[in-house]
Amino acid sequence: MSVLLIAEHNNKEVRPFTLNAITAASQIDQDLHVLVIGKNADGVSKSISEVPNVKKVIQVDNEIYENFLAENFTPVIIKQSENYSHIVCSANTFGKNLMPRVAALLDTSQISDIIKVISPDTFLRPIYAGNAFATVKSNDKKKCITIRPTSFDPAATSGGSAEIVKADGAEATPLTKFIKREEVKSDRPELGTARIVISGGRGMQSGENFKLITAIADKLNAAIGASRAAVDAGYITNDHQVGQTGKVVVPDLYIAVGISGAIQHLAGMKESKIIVAINKDGEAPIFSVADYGLEADLFEALPQFLEELNKLNTIQK
Amino acid sequence: MKILVAVKRVIDYNVQVRVKEDGTGVVTDNVKMSTNPPDDNAVEEAVKIKESGKAKEIVAVTIGEDKAQETVRKALAVGADRGIHIKVDGVVEPLAVSKILQKIVEKEKPDLIFMGKQAIDDDCNQTGQMLAALLNYPQATFASKIEVKDKSLEVTREVDEGLETIEVNIPAIVTCDLRLNEPRYASLPNIMKAKKKPLEQINASNLGVDTKPRIDQIKVEEPPKRKAGIKVANVAELVQKLKNEAKVI
Repeated sequence: MSVLLIAEHNNKEVRPFTLNAITAASQIDQDLHVLVIGKNADGVSKSISEVPNVKKVIQVDNEIYENFLAENFTPVIIKQSENYSHIVCSANTFGKNLMPRVAALLDTSQISDIIKVISPDTFLRPIYAGNAFATVKSNDKKKCITIRPTSFDPAATSGGSAEIVKADGAEATPLTKFIKREEVKSDRPELGTARIVISGGRGMQSGENFKLITAIADKLNAAIGASRAAVDAGYITNDHQVGQTGKVVVPDLYIAVGISGAIQHLAGMKESKIIVAINKDGEAPIFSVADYGLEADLFEALPQFLEELNKLNTIQK
Repeated sequence: MKILVAVKRVIDYNVQVRVKEDGTGVVTDNVKMSTNPPDDNAVEEAVKIKESGKAKEIVAVTIGEDKAQETVRKALAVGADRGIHIKVDGVVEPLAVSKILQKIVEKEKPDLIFMGKQAIDDDCNQTGQMLAALLNYPQATFASKIEVKDKSLEVTREVDEGLETIEVNIPAIVTCDLRLNEPRYASLPNIMKAKKKPLEQINASNLGVDTKPRIDQIKVEEPPKRKAGIKVANVAELVQKLKNEAKVI
């Protein structure tokens, strides 16, 4: 048995969730190899080779892999898959897009979004927006698994010295062309890995009002999240959405402001360590998952909150 | 141009799902069922493309027990032209669904295949990508904007980092995000008219696809419950609790 993990990166750096996926993958089997497909991604291979759990890095480098198209990645993974019992990657938009394409060609029934490795063929995964947990056992010879990154700790990034081998790629697809990527650049912590997240919902009433949230995020070094309602209303961009069809976050502190707490939103945040809800509707379902609920008008509460935080001078970064 | 739209019948998104006491699944008896929400977006997008004159026919397809036909009827009521119901009982995993859809695509030869990006019951997020693989078609997943060009689509995709735009040659598979459009409601006259639109029923066993599950569902259980929290009186108390009790700031 050996596990092949598909690394997510930006050709320069490893994306953080790859480290969480490494932890999960090494729980499936210790013989863990990581496949780095990219363009001029030597630096990525090098940093992954230093992760102690990794036994080998396979690097496939070509300009056709610059933009991570699933149509181009898939034949490379299929070619490499022969010697492995498990093919794994993160269950974020990268892995969700890629893995089923691989699984179908391997004639494998993929297991998506696992939150626990029970044994090499049995896993725990949430279904129905996390309202139920299913224990599932794969009967396929080769298993394709995606991993919910926030359910596993990130692997250490130094101390290892895996060998790096180069391998050949495959034909480029003529069917799909990358045009552009619009990334929202920010100095804030990433939503998926931040220690504190403060999210706004429909109760914010406008994009302009999100500045109340931004001010607190600045103070707490927090990432900014949002409910689907706030994104749909155009208050904030889609990369902030927390929930069943957005991102899943598990911060130490999650502050939900003006969010009623639909099942679909709870699915993305209810595993957070401490949850705070600020909402003027005392009956809002968000209070049922909140450790600390404040029934108040957010337009009064948020400025007060900032003021109180300013009085403290020991905020952890 | 011809568009095939795949729709799935799931527990309605507003229902609080309950786990069965025997751990075999979730309660579905007397529970409201609906079309999987992003599948409604897929149907809506197909109808909009047809209304713009760029598509001639929309075929809606569903897979499942007899009642799954409701989702096809709903698609017919908002503008699909005809329906196909692939009858199969029990669990059909995304791999089997994509193999069934592959057979339908080979028969119907659509130019575009639309479906939701994820079903809100099993939350797998696999079928579109698997179908694209089996057909060797390009895939545009998590679409929040679609522009139909001459022989291709330009699709904006919602990804973790923000937005990505790709161009895919036709024939193509698109999986739709909830933000792609605002699905319309069916009017009563259109619901009545939809009852007269053709709906073909095919038995999955006649398609030569092995639909036997590859995954054993060993048990389904409730997630751990959070312990009840408290309400604080004011912001000062909240900050004090976060600092001294929870120690998170």
